[in-house]
Amino acid sequence: MELSEFAALADALKQECLALLHHADPAQRLDAVKGALNALKDERLARLQREVPAMATPLDKRGAGRLFNELKGALDAALADFAARQGARTAEGSWDGTLPARHRWTGSLHPVTLVVDEICAIFRELGFTIALGPEAETEWYNFGALNFPPDHPAMELHDTLYLGEGALLRTHTSPVQVRTLQRCAPPVRVLAPGQVYRRDFFDATHAPAFLQLEGLAVDEGIGFVDLKATLAEFARRFYGASRRVRFGPSYFPFVEPGAQMDVEVDLQDGKGLRWVEILGCGMVHPKVLDAAGVDSERFTGWAFGMGPARIAMSRYGITDIRVLYDSDVRFLEQFAP
Amino acid sequence: MIVSHSWLAQFAPTAHAPGEIGEALSRHCVTLDALERLDAALAPFVVAQVVEAGRHPNSDHLWVTKVDDGSGALLEVVCGAPNVVAGHKYPFARTGTVMPGGLRIERRRIRGETSNGMLCSARELGLGDEHDGILTLETDVPPGTPLLAVLPATDARLTLDVLPNRPDLLSHRGVAREVAAILGAPLQSRPADLTGPPQPPAEGWRQGPWAVAGTHAAVEVVAREECPHYLAVVIRGVRVGESPAWLRDRLESVGQRSRSNVVDATNYLVHGLGQPVHAFDLGTLAGARIVVRPTREGETITTLDGVVRPLAAGTVAICDAERPVALAGIMGGEATEVTEATTDLLVEVARFEPRFVRRVRRAVGLSTDASYRYERGIDGAALAEMAGLVGDLIVQVAGGQVVEVLEVGAPPAPHAPVGLRAPRLARVLGMAVPDAVVRQHLEALGCVVTPTADGWMVAPPSWRTDLHLEVDLIEEVGRLVGYDALPDDLRPFRPGRQADHPLHELGRAVRSVLVGEGLAEIRPMPFTAVGDVTTPRVLNPLAEDEPYLRGDLLVTLAQRAEYNVARMQGNLRLFEIGHVFVPSNGRLPREELRVGALLMGRQRPPHFSEPAPPAFDRWDAKALAERLIRVVWPGEAVVLRQGAGDTLWTVEHATLGLVGRVVRMALDLPAWASEPLAVELTLGVISSEDVAPPGANAHGVAPAAPTPRRIQFTPLPVTPAAEFDLALVVPDDLPAARVEAVMRGAAGELLERVALFDEFRGGAIPSGHRSLAWRLTFRHPERTLREKEIEGRRARLVQLLHQELGISVRAS
Repeated sequence: MELSEFAALADALKQECLALLHHADPAQRLDAVKGALNALKDERLARLQREVPAMATPLDKRGAGRLFNELKGALDAALADFAARQGARTAEGSWDGTLPARHRWTGSLHPVTLVVDEICAIFRELGFTIALGPEAETEWYNFGALNFPPDHPAMELHDTLYLGEGALLRTHTSPVQVRTLQRCAPPVRVLAPGQVYRRDFFDATHAPAFLQLEGLAVDEGIGFVDLKATLAEFARRFYGASRRVRFGPSYFPFVEPGAQMDVEVDLQDGKGLRWVEILGCGMVHPKVLDAAGVDSERFTGWAFGMGPARIAMSRYGITDIRVLYDSDVRFLEQFAP
Repeated sequence: MIVSHSWLAQFAPTAHAPGEIGEALSRHCVTLDALERLDAALAPFVVAQVVEAGRHPNSDHLWVTKVDDGSGALLEVVCGAPNVVAGHKYPFARTGTVMPGGLRIERRRIRGETSNGMLCSARELGLGDEHDGILTLETDVPPGTPLLAVLPATDARLTLDVLPNRPDLLSHRGVAREVAAILGAPLQSRPADLTGPPQPPAEGWRQGPWAVAGTHAAVEVVAREECPHYLAVVIRGVRVGESPAWLRDRLESVGQRSRSNVVDATNYLVHGLGQPVHAFDLGTLAGARIVVRPTREGETITTLDGVVRPLAAGTVAICDAERPVALAGIMGGEATEVTEATTDLLVEVARFEPRFVRRVRRAVGLSTDASYRYERGIDGAALAEMAGLVGDLIVQVAGGQVVEVLEVGAPPAPHAPVGLRAPRLARVLGMAVPDAVVRQHLEALGCVVTPTADGWMVAPPSWRTDLHLEVDLIEEVGRLVGYDALPDDLRPFRPGRQADHPLHELGRAVRSVLVGEGLAEIRPMPFTAVGDVTTPRVLNPLAEDEPYLRGDLLVTLAQRAEYNVARMQGNLRLFEIGHVFVPSNGRLPREELRVGALLMGRQRPPHFSEPAPPAFDRWDAKALAERLIRVVWPGEAVVLRQGAGDTLWTVEHATLGLVGRVVRMALDLPAWASEPLAVELTLGVISSEDVAPPGANAHGVAPAAPTPRRIQFTPLPVTPAAEFDLALVVPDDLPAARVEAVMRGAAGELLERVALFDEFRGGAIPSGHRSLAWRLTFRHPERTLREKEIEGRRARLVQLLHQELGISVRAS
């Protein structure tokens, strides 16, 4: 081995050992640090020691010997230094416990996910499972099967983004109702969270794509009373038992009777408690059951749909919907646990 | 729909306050979106008591008063009213209050005395013309009470969210019908605003099948499908001018501007009774004729808003003998508009087919109060009544005489009665409703109810165009009973048979792993500017610059990274689980659920005890990919294959093929930003196949449930391990994985672990080579391995590696 190579190896080992001691946590036990240091250095040190007598010339041998001794001395000194530092730091009252901890990055769920998860957890206890469906849909699944009269003002409640002949971006998660009813014989009890699309300008209160959460229950002998009791139970669990809840009529072509559930909530805008529509709901229209190949005389069912993004906004005091999409890390990390 | 409380009382006189009516409508009929008092401008004023009143030292007509406005301290206020009396209460404007006229009350000095607010007269508050003095309030409320609390209620405006199924609610009469049915108020068919007697046409009511000619005008309908019923009320000798105050107030109370007595009368019909009505100046109608016909090539119309609108040939329009004079059901024309010079009117009271109006309205892009109602459907049976009412009202407010009414076409046939079975009603509502209650509610809505063996036959009234099916009637009964009145008891239920969608469960698992790894979930807008002819795209996007649906999650992750970097945020760990759209041959794109994750910036937050932590590099991205692979495809054969260029690795599954990639993102970044790395994996396909044809199901076809993978426990070792390191000089083009494979193959079954711990270049290592060092761990399940056994294995391994791969141990 050339002396230069010996020197390089010795220096590399020294640097690595010094780095180890520099980064070692002074709170660790000294023998643990020593162990780590030995694991790093012992074998390589022994190898260097073997090289000393094998050097080509006597001059090199002397040089290598000197380098080896310097290295050993430096390492011993560094370890002693570390031990002294550690002793000083851990001595009573001489280390500063107010210094910040060594943290790792903390991950976070999106606020809309937090709301969806919470809603799903409540409905799971009420016997629901999760269904998914495509976001690009056929006109039949999105409108036809859901009793939307063609060329009717009801369609204007759903300003649609079209993809082509008979193809569109679903305007609600209700197509999943139809797909589920076609696939599964009752009893059916599913939740369908998913992205839906509307031809809306992207501004502080509207987004062309947003999350919706749909629920569907179909079986023999279930009626509006079941709908009301289940959704009121949800509202009590989600908003607290003391919140007032009311049901009033509404209209969606795929339910009849159609209704909405309002909950008295404080939107944190200084205006106090007021009725806010939380979800639309109703008894599944017999035409929807027929369209999905389910006997509408024998089976009845109910469905509901809600907007977790709106709920997240009121819950977290968000006034501009766009921050939900911007993905600014300073926004996201506010939702880290 | 905006409803005035006092206008509503014209049809349903009731003592209920606006708030009560709004609440009742919300619970039984239509949601109240907003309720405002029309005197809402008075909200900032308070009741104040004058405690002392003395003469102003520098004026013989001013008073200096001490006023208690409830704020605690007495305020000095200068007042010029002769009727100010100590001890009395008056409306008070504190400093900062804006008067109805727009003046802001400030603290100011009046002839040397400071005035901190203003005591107000009725006129200053817009409450009347009284201005001889300030308004004395006869009230016991304490000072500081809002003024509105003590003023008698004036009119209120209710904003109702009328949905497309209830066009009958687009008028005061329609809402009044509901108020009457819900609150039991009496219903007036003729509003009390109409003070004059009915005005029968002096020269008669002429009818013809599709054309009729009278003495003063003639009407012909060619387009019978689009316009099935048309009435023209001819009124002569009107004086067009300003409306009386009551009519102006009516329209202003619902946010309409008063124009002239004749036009206001027609608007009264629209908002009061739901019937769009248009008045033509009879003198300007060529040939004094109305012809409802398809337009000819090249015909145009200048509408009342002054816009010249070309009409596609064949568009049905209201024409006179020569030209189009109105867009049927949408807007009148300028040329035949009622002006101050008008004396004779032809008033159109017609029914147009909803789909036709909708088509034309969309084609011309002009939505009006009339088109809004026609599109949703008017009460077709009420046209003759409406023709009578509009004549009465115009004569009342503009004079003249109804000379004749010309009528062609006919009202629609009445709805067929609908059967309602009592057991079905109970089943859908989940609760039985007493027969008498059912009947009472349906009759309150105007239905004609006839009992049958198991229920009723119900003939809905003409204005309820939405009642066709049994279930529609069930809704009527349910909402009038009130959903709040239904019991709130959770009954036993059968849980669903469907298992959770596996991709939803997988998504949750992936999400929780990534959050644990310190990543933040994002939900970006899924549109992008990046695409070509094959990319699925929106045909009618609102943002023309981003019409494409993303084909991968990295596109949107990249945008979000740039967004953050532009805000000086360079430490990014973002992920998304979302749908992507892959071009397909079918009608719908192929939809996949993917996970995308981006790493950029420091590996961990800086800490005072150490130098800045290094930035994420490709090895972190690879680790993240491997972690996710174990979650998504546990126990399955998935490899990371080294890619080229920005694709660092592709992720390949033994049976599924390409399922992901690890990339270096090419972003436009400032110098301070670190290299962004990303991982994308396809979690699965969301089927968009039709489940079954319309009307059919696929209940017999059960999808195969995936078999859950269970972890198999390995017993813990009871013998010590033996290990040695092996540093090999490996050519650059020989992958470490190959060396490792040979080691594993040759080391025998006692090999427990192979771990690479070092890569080194330079020094004595020849160029084109690197030194790779592994630590090999061996263990015998039953006994301690002897030194010689380990030595032997090492020697064999070294020999074999040399034979098979031509590599040797690094000289130490």
